[in-house]
Amino acid sequence: MDHRWHYVDTVRSTMSAILYPLQVMVDLSTSPFRSISHYFTSKAALIEQVETLRIRQMLLETQLQRMVTLEAENRRLRRLLHSSMETRQETRVAEIIAVDLDPFSRQVVINKGSNDDVFPGQPLFDANGVMGQVIHVGPFSSTALLITAPSHATPVEVNRNGLRAIAMGTGAPNRLNLPFIPNNADIRVGDILVTSGLGGRFPPGHPVATVSRVENLPSRPYALVEATPTANLDGIREVLLVWTNPTNELSEAETEPSQVTPEANHSP
Amino acid sequence: MIPAHPHSWLIISVSFAAALAITLFPVPVLLAPLRPDWTTLVLIYWIIALPHRVGVGTGWVVGMFQDAATGTLLGQQALGMTVVAYLVLLLYQRIRNYPVWQQAIIVMIFVALFRVIGAWVLGVIGRPVGFSYWLPALTSMLVWPLVFLVLRHIRRRYHVV
Repeated sequence: MDHRWHYVDTVRSTMSAILYPLQVMVDLSTSPFRSISHYFTSKAALIEQVETLRIRQMLLETQLQRMVTLEAENRRLRRLLHSSMETRQETRVAEIIAVDLDPFSRQVVINKGSNDDVFPGQPLFDANGVMGQVIHVGPFSSTALLITAPSHATPVEVNRNGLRAIAMGTGAPNRLNLPFIPNNADIRVGDILVTSGLGGRFPPGHPVATVSRVENLPSRPYALVEATPTANLDGIREVLLVWTNPTNELSEAETEPSQVTPEANHSP
Repeated sequence: MIPAHPHSWLIISVSFAAALAITLFPVPVLLAPLRPDWTTLVLIYWIIALPHRVGVGTGWVVGMFQDAATGTLLGQQALGMTVVAYLVLLLYQRIRNYPVWQQAIIVMIFVALFRVIGAWVLGVIGRPVGFSYWLPALTSMLVWPLVFLVLRHIRRRYHVV
């Protein structure tokens, strides 16, 4: 029943609410280990880290200034073309709760739930790329499936030429499989795969993985293509939740309310 | 039917919650497949010790919570726990009289059975299991003496009946 029809989702979300204190407790009990490792980081290393981050911040701010104008221009052009493709997004930071789930299914628990408008199917990112999507939502926490899970498939396209493909999880922590790519397709090692937006779950244009291996198998119809996820799937605590169609309350908080155009509401 | 005894239930629930917390505790990736089935061990202990209080129903509830907590299909581990609880209830008088090392072997068989049922469910939904799926049966056998001694100490110390 749980597998196909989701009749028992309410049961599951109630149970996850009951279990939330336990998860937080486990999470807190791991914090001494983290603080020990902080304690042993030297002052020089910290200064260096701050310095690097400051430089990076500056570079990114400059890029962001350009990005703002580009985004505005892009929206204006799209309106001219009557295209309904939505580029605006709402993001919020969630934290991964340090609990281990079933080691064979590649899932994580995050500390935001339906109280924070998280919904099933919502995409999850980190600073480098796509991480996965939310599958179960409880009131205070939710469970997300990583893109490396064997049961997860991400619609992607090659950034260089727009070749569409599907990136299947393998269960291994940093490997994706791209089945059904013909032997003569134009794909090379080092190509960046971005989300294609097909399937409607992931917004288009976010980096997913870099191609790490391409092997043509003349005896088979399809080539063997493997890729490495760009997101740091194992070693990160802060993740970004993305709302592609912001809720009313969020768009009111937006600084430029005039940009909520009618065609934005019609977008799928 | 023995009247409910809130104090005993508290201790038993806390022990199950602790087992679940240990199950959720993050460990390095290499050690994760070796994690013993702590809640199954605690369940087996309480059934052997207090068969009038802990049984199939408890196994089911604990299994459901473990399913919700570890993100498996709701009912997958509950089914395994229910079957294991039933078999332990049939055999508890015998298991009680075995020395601890012999109990450990029986426990390994029960945990393996629990895993077989899990593997069957996973197979039905199209997720075949690998070799490392079976390792917890062995590690559960190795930690059984520890679980047994600790829980027996707690039971005697707090007069859980």
